[in-house]
Amino acid sequence: MQLALFIIFGALALGGALNLLFQRHPINSALSLVVVMMSLAVLYWSLGAEFLAAAQVIVYSGAIMVLFVFVIMLLNAGEEERTNGSHAASIVGFPGAAAIFCLLSFVFLSERDALGKANVGGDLGNGADNIAAVSQMLFTRQLLPFEVTSILILVAILGAVVLARKEQ
Amino acid sequence: MNDSLHDFEIFLLLSVLKVAVVLVITLMCVAYTVLLERKLLGRMQNRWGPSRVGPFGMLQPLVDGAKLFLKEDLMPLAVERPLFLLAPVIALGCALISVGVVPFGAVTRVRGVDMFEIANVNIGLLVILGITSIGVYGIALSGWSSNNKYSLLGSLRSTAQVVSYELALGLSLVGVVLRAQSLNLRTIVDSQSAHGILSWNIFGGFQFVAFFIYMMAAYAETNRAPFDLPEAETELVAGYHTEYSSMKFAMFFMAEYANMITVGCVATLLFFGGASSPFGHLIPAVGGRYVQAILPVFWFVAKVFAFLALYIWVRATLPRFRYDQLMSFGWKFLLPLAMANIIVTSFVLALRG
Repeated sequence: MQLALFIIFGALALGGALNLLFQRHPINSALSLVVVMMSLAVLYWSLGAEFLAAAQVIVYSGAIMVLFVFVIMLLNAGEEERTNGSHAASIVGFPGAAAIFCLLSFVFLSERDALGKANVGGDLGNGADNIAAVSQMLFTRQLLPFEVTSILILVAILGAVVLARKEQ
Repeated sequence: MNDSLHDFEIFLLLSVLKVAVVLVITLMCVAYTVLLERKLLGRMQNRWGPSRVGPFGMLQPLVDGAKLFLKEDLMPLAVERPLFLLAPVIALGCALISVGVVPFGAVTRVRGVDMFEIANVNIGLLVILGITSIGVYGIALSGWSSNNKYSLLGSLRSTAQVVSYELALGLSLVGVVLRAQSLNLRTIVDSQSAHGILSWNIFGGFQFVAFFIYMMAAYAETNRAPFDLPEAETELVAGYHTEYSSMKFAMFFMAEYANMITVGCVATLLFFGGASSPFGHLIPAVGGRYVQAILPVFWFVAKVFAFLALYIWVRATLPRFRYDQLMSFGWKFLLPLAMANIIVTSFVLALRG
């Protein structure tokens, strides 16, 4: 049953991602991205990372994508023109995407032992309570990256305030 | 008893039964909340409210439902058809799903399955918050796909309002989570059930500031008075559901009342001790097993009912906010207050060790 969950939501994520590329209206693309994020959340949950799944839904689907949709609605963006794409994009794009794919697969395969084996759906049944473990890790061993990330976001907020402020 | 069933089959059948019962009861509650609202509003405005259909107008929801079913389903020409049809489904679906993690009564196991909660999830609170945040899409898409300026304005207002107040709402719940040290709704309820009313989070837990922040943010989240700007009828016709008719309109209507019930459930669970009795152990356990199983459900329903009455009372009392007042209230007052509550609560908890 857990394998079925993985197959269904993996296929849904892939389908959503492809739909995101092929749709011509920005709002349809944004909604496809929401489908991708929700399916990813289900996949996280089936791996036992329930806090990550909830954060994915609340932060990405519930806040960031809502703002995307909000901006598209506010600007009343119309349908995109279908073009063949620039020449540079096709020259650089396909090899670039292939290179990133190869690099990621290489890293994941070569570091297989350090990463450990994921047990698909194995942690779904016994209801592991891993929020304490996640926060323990975040606030002790990963404290510096965590704080640096929050400062980075603060800088982005300040930048937005400076840009949006009216000139006196 | 048929012992040839496997554990999984028992679990599956009982779960389907639970889902069906809870869904039917929630929908009936939604229908009768509408009647309750009309009756109470009527009394508060010195009139009778619905009184013609059945005794005391008790059959009014059934007649309303039949009317909405039988009305002509208009489909405007200029709408974005798929999204126009999808929006009410998202709104109602999200409103109904979140009831699935609410524990209605004390743990009562029948053949290993907890009968008074559909799904006991470790992160129940986050599940409710997540589903609520997905529900915004219903309103946003309905306004955009209607291709109507009033609908669009209504849904823009609503989206901005919900996204703004979601922060204060989430932060107001952190104090409760700190006290219970868990996101599981059962554990949160258990943390308040020791001494009845004295150990409820709002009194014994000193979370009354959080409670008021939660209630105000929740009223804004559900687009109810005094924060009902998305459907301000004097300015926007009917806001985001202007172009909807018949059952599609009814789905938005039901979603609004289902969200009110969810807010009442969450407030009960987090601040008012959930299904535990307000008298704690003062009253001896009278009656048999069945009375003891039903009594917590009675307390839970009574508390949720009190919250629904409060919703209606507030609607009858307070005038609507202006839009800039709404935004500055949410960002400049509720949000800092919620953060101060978190700091004070964690400080006190740290001092106590």
